[in-house]
Amino acid sequence: MAGKAVLTGTHFMNGDEACCEGALAAGCRFFGGYPITPATEVAERMSKRLPQVGGVFIQMEDEIASMAAILGASWGGRKSMTSTSGPGFSLMMENIGLGLCTETPCVICNVQRAGPSTGLPTLVGQGDMMQARWGSHGPYEIIALCPASPQEMFDFTIRAFNLSEQFRLPVLIMADEVVGHMNERVVIPPADQIEVIDRAKPSVSPAEYLPYRPGPDGVAPMANFGDGYFMHVTGLTHDQRGYPTMTPAAQVEMTERIVGKIRNNLDRILDYETLLLDDAQVAVVAYGISARSARGAVLAAREAGLKAGLVKLNVAWPFPEQFIRELSHQVKCMIMPEINLGQMVLELERLAQGRCAVRLVAHPGGTIISPRRIVEAIGQALKERP
Amino acid sequence: MKYWRQPLDREEIKVVRGRVEVIKDRCKGCGFCIAYCSRGLLVMSRKFNRKGYHYPEAAQPELCVNCHFCEVICPEFAIFSSEADAAGNQPPVGE
Amino acid sequence: MTTAPAAALARHPHDDLLRTERIPHIWCSGCGIGIVFGSLMAAITKSGLPRQDVAVVSGIGCTGRMAGYIRLDSFHTTHGRAIPFATGLQLARPQGKVIVASGDGDLLAIGGNHFIHAARRNMDLTIICVNNFNYGMTGGQLAPSTPYGAKTTTTPQGNPDEPFNFCALAAACGASYVARWTALHIRRLTNTILEAIHHRGFSFVEVVAPCPTAFGRRNKIRGALDLLRFYYDRSVVKNHIAPGEATIDFDHHLVVGKFVELDRPTFLDHYQMVNRGQVEAWPATGVDASAAGQRKAG
Repeated sequence: MAGKAVLTGTHFMNGDEACCEGALAAGCRFFGGYPITPATEVAERMSKRLPQVGGVFIQMEDEIASMAAILGASWGGRKSMTSTSGPGFSLMMENIGLGLCTETPCVICNVQRAGPSTGLPTLVGQGDMMQARWGSHGPYEIIALCPASPQEMFDFTIRAFNLSEQFRLPVLIMADEVVGHMNERVVIPPADQIEVIDRAKPSVSPAEYLPYRPGPDGVAPMANFGDGYFMHVTGLTHDQRGYPTMTPAAQVEMTERIVGKIRNNLDRILDYETLLLDDAQVAVVAYGISARSARGAVLAAREAGLKAGLVKLNVAWPFPEQFIRELSHQVKCMIMPEINLGQMVLELERLAQGRCAVRLVAHPGGTIISPRRIVEAIGQALKERP
Repeated sequence: MKYWRQPLDREEIKVVRGRVEVIKDRCKGCGFCIAYCSRGLLVMSRKFNRKGYHYPEAAQPELCVNCHFCEVICPEFAIFSSEADAAGNQPPVGE
Repeated sequence: MTTAPAAALARHPHDDLLRTERIPHIWCSGCGIGIVFGSLMAAITKSGLPRQDVAVVSGIGCTGRMAGYIRLDSFHTTHGRAIPFATGLQLARPQGKVIVASGDGDLLAIGGNHFIHAARRNMDLTIICVNNFNYGMTGGQLAPSTPYGAKTTTTPQGNPDEPFNFCALAAACGASYVARWTALHIRRLTNTILEAIHHRGFSFVEVVAPCPTAFGRRNKIRGALDLLRFYYDRSVVKNHIAPGEATIDFDHHLVVGKFVELDRPTFLDHYQMVNRGQVEAWPATGVDASAAGQRKAG
């Protein structure tokens, strides 16, 4: 039942399916998951596709187990992922922390629905953005990508795997129900035109190997189970040998490393696009499906003679702090449309520090933000006195 | 040991001679080895180890038959036995 | 230090499997975990498996620290999640042998759901469960194994809960190898762990072990030796008894032995068969679904 891992060609598929194909193209060969609307289609397609490419699909007993299983599979040497939505994402938090602490590459796709709790299972939300950043306990940095189309579901999933392998951490794809379920054209390039990055392996002998001694970019080369390095991996605070070390000094060293490898490599991680921003007086900063509402709104505003521009965050975490700080010097107002009652807008407020106004265009979930509301907010912002 | 008759191969069977070794500083003084030594040759030391525990000592080392029971029951990997020659010396080891 | 040459001579037979730089370990004086750990190391050595092909996965708790002391690829995961982590590890590298070593609370309270499902799937894992009847690491709280009436820090008047019978549970869920010993049945325990390692499928070995510090002390069995003997003296060996009858009954019989040994395809066996189209569709051919409804209801 052999099949191709990279389905080169032009397809009409939904975002969840595109996510699955992106994962396979990036080399994913293990999926552990649990059904949940609106992310189920990722698992369904994986269950069909993985056996075709020599991979393993397993439906675990819950999302806690799914997250644990993909960490285990990653140490077994396979690129691994899971997909979920809000309630499952909540259950995964502790083991995402284990992945961060043990520096385990893997990918989690959260197709967000409206919450809290069971909320609106079949309808869109963007309410897990702060949970993505802070949901697991303790100090850490995370990477979260925000696709706004099935094509980006494909592209960003590949990038998510590459970032997870490069920087050794769980990487989040913060999609949403509309992106997951909309069908659009997805172009899959030939395999040799897809950049695939694999984790760095140790180049020293087992006797010399320290599993958590960082390389030049702050990331330690990773041995897998069976390579003969006999490493110990623990979620306790550990030293470079990987051994539990219950001291404040070890905590400082370890957390500075796991935070530093993100903070010191922002140029290799951050990704945002701009549109009509050069002379903009109002910047709409948006991510995921709301970035498509924002794009329509900015174009409509320009037609009406309003000087609006767009910042589309392809990577929401880490947040592009330097860029937003500079933007706050240029514009009169920054507007964040998001399908929650105010999450990423807090980042804008934090970085603007009063230099410009910051406005939220919010909806608690169940529907996308209408471009009309964003246009109104742009008009309102331009009327306000500085 | 008294037998009602002498086993025919008594002269051929040699009782293995063992030698018990204690890694003092690993011991936490639980006394399992002393209680279960099949030959009763171990006693608790009067001295303390580095962590402040009494540890086992071979009061009659010549009784050891290298049964390894002290070795397998020790939860601390602090005691083990090995085969010894008739004088109770360990055969030379590689290192 | 001038005593270095003498220290170099005293090399314990397990030292090449131990991360000796981390010894002495954290377990209390008289704790049974060390004995079980010794048995596990002896079994791994006897198994003849290449060292790089054996991994040990633990959860959280006293027994969960085993992974940190063994010089193999070893994983100390989150509380209760050793089995699903091990599931991923095993499926990613099926040629390796994955051993899960953890405590009763970790495997069967917080991790109970994973335990029953891994047993159901006959996942190719060896599970060593050190049952000390309480949560030792946090100071002696109620566990799913704590005997009815026993005192712990969270059942100061006595335990009102009925405990699980882990072996019966494992067997009922589909485990293909199930055994129980006490920590004093050392030789038999080592042989059992060796068999469990060589067994293909979900093998479960429960070891009743003393926790003198947190459990014995509160239940008037203060000495480690007394507690070790208390379990051993009540034990009766009943191999191949129906697992439901393999009770832990301190008034009469603490049943030990090997209760289940079955040859049954593992999860991965089934998965490969299904993907090769070797498994007949459900319902089996010949079953006429249209014949349904002819039987009178009620």
